[in-house]
Amino acid sequence: MGVSILSNSKEGLKISISGDIDHHSSSDMRIKIDSFIEKYHPKIVILDFSSVSFMDTSGIGLILGRFKLTERMGIKLEVVNARNRVKRIIEFSGIKSLGILK
Amino acid sequence: MKKYECINEMDLSFISKSNNESFARATISAFVSQLDPTIDELTDIKTSVSEAVTNCIAHAYNEQIGIIYINAKIFSNGKISIKIRDKGVGIDDVDQAMEPLFTTGGSDRSGLGFAVMKSFMDRVKVKSYVGKGTTVLMEKSIIRRSNKNEK
Repeated sequence: MGVSILSNSKEGLKISISGDIDHHSSSDMRIKIDSFIEKYHPKIVILDFSSVSFMDTSGIGLILGRFKLTERMGIKLEVVNARNRVKRIIEFSGIKSLGILK
Repeated sequence: MKKYECINEMDLSFISKSNNESFARATISAFVSQLDPTIDELTDIKTSVSEAVTNCIAHAYNEQIGIIYINAKIFSNGKISIKIRDKGVGIDDVDQAMEPLFTTGGSDRSGLGFAVMKSFMDRVKVKSYVGKGTTVLMEKSIIRRSNKNEK
């Protein structure tokens, strides 16, 4: 459960997020993700959602907030490997139009 | 309209600590499971309950400690109704609160909570009194699948 670095290279910083993303868990996740981004300042940040088991709109807020941060820093953001049920709420939110969902 | 019989009911109350969000989801999940919902139906209900409980914790009680009440009923036609109630600050303008993207929360709140409930459940009704609290009533019919083992 939580946030960890999967890989960190010139290509980019790949961060794994696991467990449930809700209002409770998202604040810790946000702090961790942002500290990694600020520490490594990569060209691309890839958030791997393959281990996310559940997500409500707090997860949408988490993605949107990271999108704003990375955009400000000139970093590209990608969200990858979301499971179908997690994808559904991402698609519902309309953030797909930001082009970050791969 | 035909009135269907309530065949099961539960009541739950817990304090508004954010780690109870997952507790509320798991409890509702276990209660609804007796209707043999699909994983999608179950996820819709879990997500909607998560949104409503989060509203109680983050907005109604504004990170203070209060009590959240959940009542759930199962009817003979496969309908589930879930009532989530708080005695928090209440909502001044319910229509505005239910508008997609409206939030009084910070920049990391999406403002989509009620929109998700309305989309994922069949019916959502909100009653709120400023200074007294808010009740969210949600209903969803679980489609009966054939070939499933009865009892």
